[in-house]
Amino acid sequence: MSTEQDNIRIYIMGKAYEVPGGLTIMKAMEYAGYRLVRGVGCRGGFCGACATVFRRAGDYKLYADLACQATAEDEMYIAQIPSVPAERAPWELSELAPEDNPILALYPEVARCVACNTCTRACPQELEVMDYIQAALRGDIPQVAELSFDCVQCGLCAMRCPAEIVHYHVGQLGRRIYGAYRAPESGHLAARVEELRSGAFDQELDKLERMSKDDLVELYRKRDVEG
Amino acid sequence: MNSILYYPGCGVADQACSMEAAARGALAALGWEMEEMSRWNCCGTVYSLATDDLMRHVGPARVLARAQDAGHERLLTLCSMCYNTLKRAERFLTEDRDRLERVNAFLDDEPDYTGGVRVVHLLELVRDEIGYEAVEEAVQRPLAGLKVSPYYGCTLTRPRSAGIDDPENPRVLEDLLMALGAEPVSSPQGVECCGAYLTATSPEIARRRAADISRAAAAGGAELMVTSCPLCQYNLDTRQKEARGASGRGVPSLYFTQLLALAVGADPAMDEQVIDPRPVLAARGLAVEVKA
Repeated sequence: MSTEQDNIRIYIMGKAYEVPGGLTIMKAMEYAGYRLVRGVGCRGGFCGACATVFRRAGDYKLYADLACQATAEDEMYIAQIPSVPAERAPWELSELAPEDNPILALYPEVARCVACNTCTRACPQELEVMDYIQAALRGDIPQVAELSFDCVQCGLCAMRCPAEIVHYHVGQLGRRIYGAYRAPESGHLAARVEELRSGAFDQELDKLERMSKDDLVELYRKRDVEG
Repeated sequence: MNSILYYPGCGVADQACSMEAAARGALAALGWEMEEMSRWNCCGTVYSLATDDLMRHVGPARVLARAQDAGHERLLTLCSMCYNTLKRAERFLTEDRDRLERVNAFLDDEPDYTGGVRVVHLLELVRDEIGYEAVEEAVQRPLAGLKVSPYYGCTLTRPRSAGIDDPENPRVLEDLLMALGAEPVSSPQGVECCGAYLTATSPEIARRRAADISRAAAAGGAELMVTSCPLCQYNLDTRQKEARGASGRGVPSLYFTQLLALAVGADPAMDEQVIDPRPVLAARGLAVEVKA
């Protein structure tokens, strides 16, 4: 099997470049000479920093994806969205009253959703974005948390929404409320926090703090490593 | 067991849980099962009168398309507003194929709607399919002597082209109440608006409407009112309570599904009302326990 690929032609911000086929959009841009400072992060599809909008040859549609995940194709027109300047409503989790659907109070524009589903089509994570906005509308916070769980906060949903909804912030708020007020409490966590508070590990920490750098390096080398 | 595809809507799913729980229990007693749609979005809440803004009809169109895609020809609603919006959107889209084509083009890779899903309100299903005779036969606790004022509001019967009954002199709730053994008390205010969403921006108007509606019902001797709409119910219950203040007793308001459930021996799910209907029911020998 050959690893050599034919070159393809792509257009970055309107300018044509020849790059090898088979690269991600991000790598193709770097091959073309772009030095990415903003709009790049983990390069693994998790951080959501590299939102990208592109068009394929012969297709009128604008597609959205993460530059580190989507493969560059011949005759592709590409633009980066280095940051989405959408507003995040200010809230203090401890001051919210979850039974009053605080999502609607903090993000009243959610009520403008006409269920067009454009957000869902834009989502590189293939989430049912419109469904969680609809769930937010009716105060179904567990459903908001569940459906938005894999959101990487890239903001492409908000960029495409004709109702100016900021879906990814809505989803995040839903998950925080769910975690703080609705999710079942973890008994293990409470027990461990109590253990920490009672000082069960203080002695060992003190010992580490008093050790020399050489002893610490030695201790680290001798640590148990899973086979 | 007969089965029908069911669209809950946001108000029923979030606020009017008792309306749905009672309907499920009552329908099971009558041999019917409500099969909830696996995915659904808001119906649009209020039918859009904008004929050139098709985006406003995409929400209801998708609900209808999903019902059709799942192989159903009928879609059941409990909420009068959802009924009205879905019913009228269905007609709006199918009476002009250009509109339908454009909405389907917008829906893109989602299933098309080709027309023909019949939106059915539960009161219609009971009247036209289950039948009052069958309801009468299923009654285990007749609501004997209970004087109930039907409150129709707007969206169940208006406009005439979408309504399930005559907009000025409806009788579907009266007939159902008689089948349950109750005594219907028709009220001149029964087809007047409850104030609807003015409850959010001008609650004083909704309070005044709730006071007028409940006084007219009481003047006819009614002990209870029944509604088929979560918004009407909110105004008749919460806003009436506010209008009457702490001392005024008021006329309790229930969903029709709750009286239906009570009569056929299902759980009437009476745990949401601000004005407690249980003393009135207990006085007629219809004591209801609220489940913890």
